[in-house]
Amino acid sequence: MHIPDGYLSPSTCAVLYAGAMPFWLVALKKVQRLLKTRFVPLISLVSAFCFVVMMFNVPLPGGTTGHAVGMGIAAIVLGPWASILAISVALLIQAVFFGDGGITCYGANCFNMAIVGSLVAWAVYRLVSGRTPLQSPRRVVAAALAGYLAINASALCAAVEFGIQPGLFHDPGGAPLYAPYPLSVAIPAMLIGHLSFAGLAELVISAGLVAWLQSANVSLLKLTAPGVEVEDELLQAPGWSALRWFWVGLAALMIATPLGLLAAGSAWGEWDADDFKKPETRQEIAAASHNMAPPENPPAGLERLGSIWSAPFPDYAPAFLKNKNFGYVLSAMFGTGLIIFICLLAGWISRLGESQSARQTR
Amino acid sequence: MKRRPKNFIERTVGSLADALEYAALAETHAGNGGLLQSLDPRVKLIGLLGLILTAVSVGRVVVSVFILAVAVALALFSRIPLRLLATRVWIGVLLFTGIIAFPAIFMTPGEPLARVPVLHWTASWQGAHAAFRLVTRAETAATLAILLVLTTPWTHVLKAMRVFRVPVVMVVILGMTHRYIFLLLHTAGDFFEARRCRLVGELDARARRKMIAASAGVLFGRSLQLSEDVFAAMQSRGFRGEVYTMDDFLMKPRDWGALAAFVALALAAFRAGTQ
Repeated sequence: MHIPDGYLSPSTCAVLYAGAMPFWLVALKKVQRLLKTRFVPLISLVSAFCFVVMMFNVPLPGGTTGHAVGMGIAAIVLGPWASILAISVALLIQAVFFGDGGITCYGANCFNMAIVGSLVAWAVYRLVSGRTPLQSPRRVVAAALAGYLAINASALCAAVEFGIQPGLFHDPGGAPLYAPYPLSVAIPAMLIGHLSFAGLAELVISAGLVAWLQSANVSLLKLTAPGVEVEDELLQAPGWSALRWFWVGLAALMIATPLGLLAAGSAWGEWDADDFKKPETRQEIAAASHNMAPPENPPAGLERLGSIWSAPFPDYAPAFLKNKNFGYVLSAMFGTGLIIFICLLAGWISRLGESQSARQTR
Repeated sequence: MKRRPKNFIERTVGSLADALEYAALAETHAGNGGLLQSLDPRVKLIGLLGLILTAVSVGRVVVSVFILAVAVALALFSRIPLRLLATRVWIGVLLFTGIIAFPAIFMTPGEPLARVPVLHWTASWQGAHAAFRLVTRAETAATLAILLVLTTPWTHVLKAMRVFRVPVVMVVILGMTHRYIFLLLHTAGDFFEARRCRLVGELDARARRKMIAASAGVLFGRSLQLSEDVFAAMQSRGFRGEVYTMDDFLMKPRDWGALAAFVALALAAFRAGTQ
């Protein structure tokens, strides 16, 4: 992935330096404005960290090991702009001091790994993790995908840079002057290695680090998850494990709703005006009221007010369903679903209000 | 006795130790009295970068070989052992670039050079030429690049970068990063060494991955903590966001002469190599 000197033509190198320049300038301005005086030590230390992580031998499936670039980690924890700077600094020290990656190809290496890698990693992580809580397993999956896709996007850029060389730069005899393989060879050759070993190394280190931070130092994941409060995690979204027994109980109650069909008659006091007119329901009312006979006519207030509102599912039996028992169960499910939906909506509105007021106070 | 293959902990410890050893080596050679060591760092930076640019620009292999010969001569006059260049640069570049360049001998169409008997592959002159050119150019550029670091203390290389209008803040970040790389290399080396000492038997794949992720996590936490400590130390010494460097280089007549020689050599090689 670190392109050495001699593989790319000087004009390609110049174009990629020019392509990287605006990103460096924007990153420098954004990060300096954000961190102010903390900028120098933070970027230095994170660059040093990226450099050292690149030396870790990451165990891969099959017993082999690979090296990660760390673009996933830096982008996930610091955001894309600080990551661009930190990885660019690490790459410069690698190129100049350790001779890993060329000096003329430094712009190309930064464009591929620091810029494309960081931006892809950050975009994928944000897209997949969404607004999930910081301890959500989805964030681990998002980090894995971010690392894997970022290094493959970088490899694809490098492959394209290699692949255009023989067509653009060759001697009069047709022999290539720089990287000798066309796009049809360079792209599969680069991607096979990165879709397998290098990609897996980046995947393992990105996902592993996020999983570790979730259990050991979750606040470090907050920088790239604006609006997700660490302290309110359990209150806001307890997840399956915390509310497991609540959901199990609710499901059991819904399954048990047909038991209501076994109960005879209507509940005491839940009569409507028609019940006072029918002889069989009058008997039920009297039996439920210690054999006291109900009045001859329905109470005037009940008759007047009872007609104001008619329910969509009267007596838990929707009109469109012929089977009364099935309608009863369907009504139970519909009602429970409606209550859950209203609760979730209320919670969402409440969180929205809180995050807006927090933003204002900031 | 059959040697046990190194596990991932031993390999990581090896990589970290190798980086530390290289840095110590560079520091030692930068202090030796030799031709390049005696020159102004700015002259070395401009001169060696000019030669690297020429080496990657020229199409004629003879010119690339000539620049490589100049680099070897500069190394000898600067008391850099050729054995060090061979082990640190030439073998590594030959293996890496050679593997990449070798198939081009057979894949590049052109005048037939030889035929592989069993596989029926045909090597072409153009392919061999392209492969040799790529390897020579990569070797030359890498040799010139390592000469800069082996003959100049890192702090001087950074200060010399100001010639190219690199912002002062970037120069300071590069200096600080370089310094803390070695601290973090030691810290990470200690993690793995401590774990290796306590490890009986082999870890399974899941445990290995968990360990590497935890090591990266702890190192990251320490890096951030360290950045806070460094910031506090900088503030206590009066740091308010402005960065200054001491620019005490002084060009002597021999530096001007060396600069003129580098420029003349690069221009002549460029002219000869692109004709």
